[in-house]
Amino acid sequence: MLRLAPPLVIALLTLPVAAGLTMILLPAFGYLPALDGDALSLAPWRELASQPGLWRSAALSMTSGLVTAFIALGVVMLFLAAGRGGRLDRGVRRLVSPLLAVPHAAMAFGLAFLIAPSGLIMRLVSPWLNGVHHPPDALIVNDPLGLALMAGLILKEIPFLLLMSLAALAQLQPDRRIEIARSLGYAPTVGWLKTVLPVLYPLIRLPVYAVIAYATSVVDMALILGPTLPPTLAVSTLEWFNDPDLNRRFMASAAAVLQLGVTLATLLTWWLGERLVAWCLRPWLTGGGRRRGEASLRRLGRTGLAGASLAAIASLAGLAMFSLAGFWRFPAALPHTWTLDHWQRVAPMLSGALGNTALIALAATAMATALILAVLENEHRRNIRPARALWLLYVPLIVPQIAFLFGLVVAAESFGVAPQIGLLIAGHLLFVLPYVYLSLAEAYRRFDPRWLEIARSLGVSRNAAFWRVRLALLAAPLCTAFAVGLAISIGQYLPTQLLGAGRVNTITTEAVALAAGGNRRLISVWALTQAALPLAGFMLAAALPRILASPGRIMPKALSYTSPALSTEESTRG
Amino acid sequence: MPNRRPFRSRLIAGLCAALALPALAAAQKAPAPDDWDAVLERADGQTVYWNAWGGDSRTNRYIDWVARQMNKRYGVDVEHVKLNDTSSAVARVLAEKQAGNDADGSVDLLWINGENFAAMRSRDLLFGPFAEALPHFALTRPADNPEMVTDFTLPVEGYESPWGKAQITFYYDSDVLESNILDSDALDSAAASTPPRSMAALLEWARAHPGRFTYPRIPDFTGSTFLKQALIELTEQDAALYRPVSDSDFDAVTAPLWDYLDALHPHLWRRGESFPASGPRLRSLMADDELSLAFSFYPTDAAVAVQEYQLPQSVRSYVLDGGTLGNVHFVAIPYNSPHKAGAMVLANFLLSPVAQAQKQSLDYWGDRTVLDAAHLSDAQRALFDTPADNPALPPANAFSHTLAEPHPSWMGALQDAWLKRYGVN
Repeated sequence: MLRLAPPLVIALLTLPVAAGLTMILLPAFGYLPALDGDALSLAPWRELASQPGLWRSAALSMTSGLVTAFIALGVVMLFLAAGRGGRLDRGVRRLVSPLLAVPHAAMAFGLAFLIAPSGLIMRLVSPWLNGVHHPPDALIVNDPLGLALMAGLILKEIPFLLLMSLAALAQLQPDRRIEIARSLGYAPTVGWLKTVLPVLYPLIRLPVYAVIAYATSVVDMALILGPTLPPTLAVSTLEWFNDPDLNRRFMASAAAVLQLGVTLATLLTWWLGERLVAWCLRPWLTGGGRRRGEASLRRLGRTGLAGASLAAIASLAGLAMFSLAGFWRFPAALPHTWTLDHWQRVAPMLSGALGNTALIALAATAMATALILAVLENEHRRNIRPARALWLLYVPLIVPQIAFLFGLVVAAESFGVAPQIGLLIAGHLLFVLPYVYLSLAEAYRRFDPRWLEIARSLGVSRNAAFWRVRLALLAAPLCTAFAVGLAISIGQYLPTQLLGAGRVNTITTEAVALAAGGNRRLISVWALTQAALPLAGFMLAAALPRILASPGRIMPKALSYTSPALSTEESTRG
Repeated sequence: MPNRRPFRSRLIAGLCAALALPALAAAQKAPAPDDWDAVLERADGQTVYWNAWGGDSRTNRYIDWVARQMNKRYGVDVEHVKLNDTSSAVARVLAEKQAGNDADGSVDLLWINGENFAAMRSRDLLFGPFAEALPHFALTRPADNPEMVTDFTLPVEGYESPWGKAQITFYYDSDVLESNILDSDALDSAAASTPPRSMAALLEWARAHPGRFTYPRIPDFTGSTFLKQALIELTEQDAALYRPVSDSDFDAVTAPLWDYLDALHPHLWRRGESFPASGPRLRSLMADDELSLAFSFYPTDAAVAVQEYQLPQSVRSYVLDGGTLGNVHFVAIPYNSPHKAGAMVLANFLLSPVAQAQKQSLDYWGDRTVLDAAHLSDAQRALFDTPADNPALPPANAFSHTLAEPHPSWMGALQDAWLKRYGVN
């Protein structure tokens, strides 16, 4: 049975993507019988090429992918390099999981309100400091270069990359590497960058690629923060898919294919960049410089992540204030009146959406966790190296959602699968599986097999050892992976809306539908609820292992094995 | 085994669909719309999935009320599918047609008008005619009110049923406008203290108040409506707008519009380098004091926003002297809806005086009625009597002059031309 797990997981992930892509490729080349497109042609591509600003849209998508990944990765690496386990370090690490849980759209709303000319920062300094009584007419949010969009993406990707790096670091014994480097006279930050980073990067390459792919094709954040004249390619594509003129669907499909091409080209560019950086840095790595740059690198590392976390928290604080605000006019720094009206108006609608959200997230995550455990246990029992084909797990993360979801709807309809909650769960599984795998795989593979051997020698069966020893000891990383899965599922908008035909409403679909209306108070309520749900998941994930590990329940703490994610949890406990 | 679930359920669903579809289709064949008793009987117990834009909490609140009434009165369950873009439901119906699902679609009733209606009608994606068979339809008195049976100049022919009326309404913050005069120096204060009442005055006003007005980015619906409003007022060739765009010289007809926008854009919010994403976004920019003048397609928009703490008490609404663009919005039934009877009963209830009056009330939505009030019975008319002393409401006689929507082909052509000119800054 276990033997079947890897091919099953791969089929589950790749077949829907392939089916969806096919159903997009056909109309992209003019074939869509429902709209009288019976012959293959290049007309959709010609129409696409004539769209004003198309190439700038594509370039915007590409730059935001590269810049976001570069800065987020840089901030995380410098933070790890400069970190010495001080109080600030621990505080920031404690924030990682909650910030990862905040959905992208909620963060985007918060950030937009923070930095807008009429936003929170401006209100705090007006008019006593700058003499401004009306908000200045400055283009900050939706700027043509996409800087606001990149800032939002960076805030969201930093926690993800940090979590992934912490997981990977644990197997590299960074402390020992630094000890050796220091004994050779290297300053700690420089030493970390020279001895740990080169071995760490290959382990987090796939998460970095996922970040790039996401940033090049993101829709929800780009709608809120991104440029408008022209918008990013993904936003334009969505607009064309939603155009009342149905003939636009041919061109929209071509644009979706182009989006896939842009994402792949961005990944290729990054890959070439990797080579270039490696080549350029070789002299620095081997040149024997011991201290140069230490002070500034350390300062950067300390401030970068702390600043990003602060911005994220301030964004959420703005949302919280708006959700309780009565009348609130610029330049008042606080609302003139406070009210619970907005929460009360949303409350009756919350229950149904909350139930659906929880059901879908729990079912998809439970299935994903079970499947990933089966894959990993299969590896272990048959004593094989991770299957090479497992990179296919990342297909749903690399292929932009907008490039295959519209096609997937048609494919599902063709198979007679009506939009219903089961289909939605299967759809969410696509996106949850890779993240659960990312969060769990390393901890699982590094589990000390001697624990199992001891158990077996005491006469415990292999299955019993799996349940009672391995899972018990892996409770912490398991919970973290579960919480990551929940957060991913809860944040999904397009798959929920498209596969459920809008019939299954979740917190996220409600929030995005209301976002179209621009009532910031109600949007804040929904965004906070959206953020609170995965947050609850992460808090449970942090608390559960401790509850499970209460005295007498499982092995004493001295025996407990430190997993990467567990060490995160350890540090979150301070 | 959890990993078997999706496969099995897919398989089962596929099999069921293959075996049951023909039978289902026969069983669910909707009764003829004019046999109303049969329609009522069939509707009882159905669940109607009503796809309607969900961006406005007031509309949502009203639809929620409708759903409770439908359940109580007719035994019909109404589920509001909240869309962030009406076209996504159109796309859904199209995807179903593409996949050959002609009898068991997922959309039963769709809030729609203009462009989307024209697109669906031309692709045979709508069920009908049914509207004229609805018992309450007569209350709209279509003979006297041709806008009830024409949508963007196209004859409706019973393929959609009227629901509400919208008209461009401007609003401004009277306090800010007055204080602004004090701020700015080089002004003809008489022109600046009053809000602009024509397109020409709007340009002057924008010059005097740089950065305090804008319109939503094209192809947004409200933004496109603003273009049409400007075009109707600026062009000399109004008649051409009510025929397909291909029949006329587009460049000649629209030249005054582009001249106007070229002059206007440098004085807009963000100097026209960026435009807000949607109509409601204008309202939040007003709330943030980034704009001093805005407009909405819902005449009561500003008044309700005042009630909801979004806008200050000093907001006032008005329409342009030459009248503003208005239209009727409708509900339609997709051709493959499995619950057509329920959808018709819902469309009929939406036309009832009770439902129309509730819709017009500021406590729910504030959307104007499509019923011909002059010909209602006294008891029915009494339902609509609400105290209209809210200062943020437009004056009662404001809507005497409504400009009609141009042919739908103009919208797409204007959008494309706008994007070519201003879409890349």
